[in-house]
Amino acid sequence: MTAAVKKQEWRIDAVAILAILVLGSFYALWGIAHAADRAYAIQMWTALGAFLVGSAMLVLHISRGPSAESVASRYENGVIKAGVFASMFWGVAGFLVGVIIAFQLAFPSLFYFQEFGWLNFGRLRPLHTNAVIFAFGGNVLIATSFYVVQRTCRARLAGGLWPWFVFWGFQLVILLAGTGYLLGVTQGREYAELPWYTDIWLTLVWVVYLLVFLGTIWKRQEQHIYVANWFYLAFIVTVAMLHLVNNMAIPVSFAGWFSYSLFSGVQDALTQWWYGHNAVGFFLTAGFLGIMYYFIPKQADRPVYSYRLSIIHFWALIFLYIWAGPHHLHYTALPQWAQTLGATFSIMLWMPSWGGMINGLMTLSGAWDKLRTDPVLRMLVVSVAFYGMSTFEGPVMSIRAVNSLSHYTDWTIGHVHSGALGWVGFVSFGALYCLTTWLWKRQRLHSFALVEWHFWLSTIGIVLYITSMWVAGIMQGLMWRAYNEFGFLEYSFVETVEAMHPYYIIRAVGGTLFLLGSLVMVYNLWRTARGDAPAAERAGDVPAAAAVAAE
Amino acid sequence: MDYQTANQFAQTWGLWLLMACFIAAVVYALWPSNRDTFERAARAPLDDGDDNGR
Repeated sequence: MTAAVKKQEWRIDAVAILAILVLGSFYALWGIAHAADRAYAIQMWTALGAFLVGSAMLVLHISRGPSAESVASRYENGVIKAGVFASMFWGVAGFLVGVIIAFQLAFPSLFYFQEFGWLNFGRLRPLHTNAVIFAFGGNVLIATSFYVVQRTCRARLAGGLWPWFVFWGFQLVILLAGTGYLLGVTQGREYAELPWYTDIWLTLVWVVYLLVFLGTIWKRQEQHIYVANWFYLAFIVTVAMLHLVNNMAIPVSFAGWFSYSLFSGVQDALTQWWYGHNAVGFFLTAGFLGIMYYFIPKQADRPVYSYRLSIIHFWALIFLYIWAGPHHLHYTALPQWAQTLGATFSIMLWMPSWGGMINGLMTLSGAWDKLRTDPVLRMLVVSVAFYGMSTFEGPVMSIRAVNSLSHYTDWTIGHVHSGALGWVGFVSFGALYCLTTWLWKRQRLHSFALVEWHFWLSTIGIVLYITSMWVAGIMQGLMWRAYNEFGFLEYSFVETVEAMHPYYIIRAVGGTLFLLGSLVMVYNLWRTARGDAPAAERAGDVPAAAAVAAE
Repeated sequence: MDYQTANQFAQTWGLWLLMACFIAAVVYALWPSNRDTFERAARAPLDDGDDNGR
């Protein structure tokens, strides 16, 4: 009886998803027929192809019936395994585009073609930022959140096939976004470049993601909702709110990609940076703190240092972050009280940020020796150190006087990358190493030596990147504000660009090292998932772990 | 509601409302009888009786 009911529910999911795919296909066909411009037609062809492939996959999946593994397993793991692969793929793709544009800044004629603009810096840059933040980071967050919510709620993922809809729907967002940027389809809002129809599709995918997550929490066997889930939930809910408000726009035509924002002038700027900074706060911070609060205790085999601190960390972060956006608009038409408000809240953010960092690091108390033997744990811990560093630097840069030097310079780029490569990158890598071992039920990774290589290649890459950008940015800021004895500007703009050339090369080399490190990781994870025997047992590891267990 | 009214509300009642919510969260975190729940929760990732083969 229960089996029949379960099968019935499962089919309702499938029918609803199929209906969405069919409706989407009809819309795409209509769009192709009436397309106002070529870029929109290509986008609609892409969407049509994706909806048809999706329908075929769905029908195949239903005809095969549930797999033996998914029935036997207590938790839904398939969609998380797919997320691990997607994270690796988009990570490498995003880092590669980053390296290309870093070299383009150093050597401007690289991949510059006058006849067509597909590979111009201006089109590749949003491709890079969206690929690393939303494609890589987003897939890591979706995969880890599905993993963590099931384990800490002791409940199977809710919604039958809907988690798969979230996964593939999100990949379609990435595909439409990435190909669109190359075609020149963009709203021109930083980190919110998606055109209106992709925004609507993302809204649908995101609402389903929220419902799957909430549904799993609803079914939980534990009374208390573990703090990592709070962070994930804050990330999902806030990103939904930010996305809806910042993308309010009217399309010129339903058969074209162009749209006009409902906001204008300084309101538009404030809405954009309220969105922009909270994308940092809730996507790149709250979500990844969810990873920190599960994977560090788990990998270190130690309880959270102070659970009370983690609750205060959470609420302080939520109450403060949402106000920090105006610090992106110092010395603009935004009223000065609003600029001061943004800077004040940014400085107050030191407290929760460092509270959280201390909580993450001190979770290792009693297990510090594991840093010597476990390179994955070392990666996770270094990520928390970078979290502390970049959340110290950010508030400093939000002070108006400091901002007058740093704004519009490469110091900002250096700051962003110490957070993005050091914190988000390393905590994601650590989680991916853990997930691959756990999901494919391997005793250990294929090679610890390769994790060491990844760790050091990436760390040296980050250090080259952020130090060169500090020097370049501060030099650039000082050159811009230098006056000669007659009160004229000392340097022309192109002189400042010329002065930064060597630092741009150093930065590109640093990025290349980071990319190489990620390739080493992909190879290692692939071999681990395939179940290849460890390359060589490192003498230190297993006996040390066994010795600890024996005590 | 005009700008002045909204502004007035935000700077008085809105401010106190958010402060009260935050203080309530801190009180919840520090409330003595919650200690056991939190000590158990701190171990949640370790005791999840998982299937990850570790």
